[in-house]
Amino acid sequence: MKISMKVNGETVSAEVESRTLLVAFIREQLRLTGTHVGCDTGQCGACTIHMNGLAVKSCNVLAVQAEGADILTIEGLAGDEGRLHPMQEAFREHHGLQCGFCTPGMVMSAIDLVNNHPNPSEETIRAELDGNLCRCTGYHNIVKAVKAGAAYMRTPAP
Amino acid sequence: MHPFNYRNPKSVAEAAAALAEGGDVRLLAGGQSLIAAMKLRLSAPTDLIDLGGIGELTGIRVDGAGITVGAMTRHAEVARSKEVQAKIPALASLAGSIGDRMVRNMGTIGGSLAHNDPVADYPAAVLGLNATVHTNKRNIAADDFFTGMFETALQTGEIIVSVSFPVPRRAAYVKFRNPASRYAIVGVMAAASASGVRVAVTGAASCVFRVGAMEQALAAKWSPDALAGISVPADQLNSDMHASAEYRAHLITVMARRAVEAAK
Ligand SMILES: Cc1cc2nc3c(=O)[nH]c(=O)nc-3n(C[C@H](O)[C@H](O)[C@H](O)COP(=O)(O)OP(=O)(O)OC[C@H]3O[C@@H](n4cnc5c(N)ncnc54)[C@H](O)[C@@H]3O)c2cc1C
Ligand code: FES
Ligand code: FES
Repeated sequence: MKISMKVNGETVSAEVESRTLLVAFIREQLRLTGTHVGCDTGQCGACTIHMNGLAVKSCNVLAVQAEGADILTIEGLAGDEGRLHPMQEAFREHHGLQCGFCTPGMVMSAIDLVNNHPNPSEETIRAELDGNLCRCTGYHNIVKAVKAGAAYMRTPAP
Repeated sequence: MHPFNYRNPKSVAEAAAALAEGGDVRLLAGGQSLIAAMKLRLSAPTDLIDLGGIGELTGIRVDGAGITVGAMTRHAEVARSKEVQAKIPALASLAGSIGDRMVRNMGTIGGSLAHNDPVADYPAAVLGLNATVHTNKRNIAADDFFTGMFETALQTGEIIVSVSFPVPRRAAYVKFRNPASRYAIVGVMAAASASGVRVAVTGAASCVFRVGAMEQALAAKWSPDALAGISVPADQLNSDMHASAEYRAHLITVMARRAVEAAK
């Protein structure tokens, strides 16, 4: 089947099987390997991307369901000359990662969280990140990073 | 996942026609349960009919009778809806408690009800709030809709179009989550409305059910203390590594008391 959609601002068209998962299309056909596959069962959130502005688990969506959609992956976040998105910057600054495997999903999920809760409490962050699992950090620095990222997102970059 | 033919109709009539062609045809809503089942090959349809492009299945409408939610309305939309928050806050908070934010951005009320997972949340809302499920063929009362584990009154070729919820006088949903999966070990919707009191329990047995003795006690007096001494017999309840049947029976009364308290 032929599908087309916008990925990180660019229109892409491709031939896929109806059963191709969106995450497989993104990683294997578009070669955007920043989106990770942790569990392939919709549990861990490593594959989180934005579809039409909303965070979804791309291992639990068919590529054909994204026909005509606007897709944003971790590769599409940084601005001109590689300037990090405020949430990425906050993860770097607060060391919100160890091995980094969960990080792309955490960042995409955290941005969706802040879009819905512009000034989240620590409690809100912990509750609303429950779809993203991290096997390394114990979450403390991730929570700190999301709190800082939310603050950076509220104040426009200089 | 086995290969299948993918179709994306633009109307309920077109989807119904595709279903009527027969074969192993399945409807796809948010895919949050079905895609996992297809990966495991528990489900291997030859044809998949995506309801995602059908505008008439989405949206939330308020009318004199209550709130009508389109089958393809995502959990996150119900949770965020100002109308639902104002008229039936228990429904908005139940929708906002389903899974995680990514699941809520995809999962739909129609898919959740058709799936009728014994630990799902929406069945407790539909049964506890005495909602009506509208399909392309008929209207089904909540009491007739849920027929067993993963089973409903839906017949072959039937598509859920919307669900209408009458506005209760007071209602609350409280659940005790499995600490790992976050699904309900026990969830209770307690509601009082013009048509009477309802107490609906999910997570505890093979299918959502009402507790008549609690309903009668609460109709006489809406107070957590009215439930003192009332419990559901454990022999009909699930027992697994997460909770014994006796523990679930205990939790039902505790969650029901909390729901009544919260719905004051
Ligand atoms: C990680 C995770 C956590 C979750 N946690 C929870 C939770 O805490 N509580 C909870 O309640 N649920 C939970 N879910 C399930 C989630 O709510 C699903 O979205 C829901 O059960 C199915 O809805 P869907 O729209 O995704 O349907 P799909 O998966 O697309 O379809 C499910 C079934 O319904 C049928 N169907 C779909 N739409 C219709 C229709 N309009 N008419 C007739 N049949 C139809 C399909 O053919 C299929 O058989 C979770 C899921 C995941 C992946
Ligand atoms: S890989 Fe998609 S949720 Fe784990
Ligand atoms: S940093 Fe290793 S899984 Fe989160």
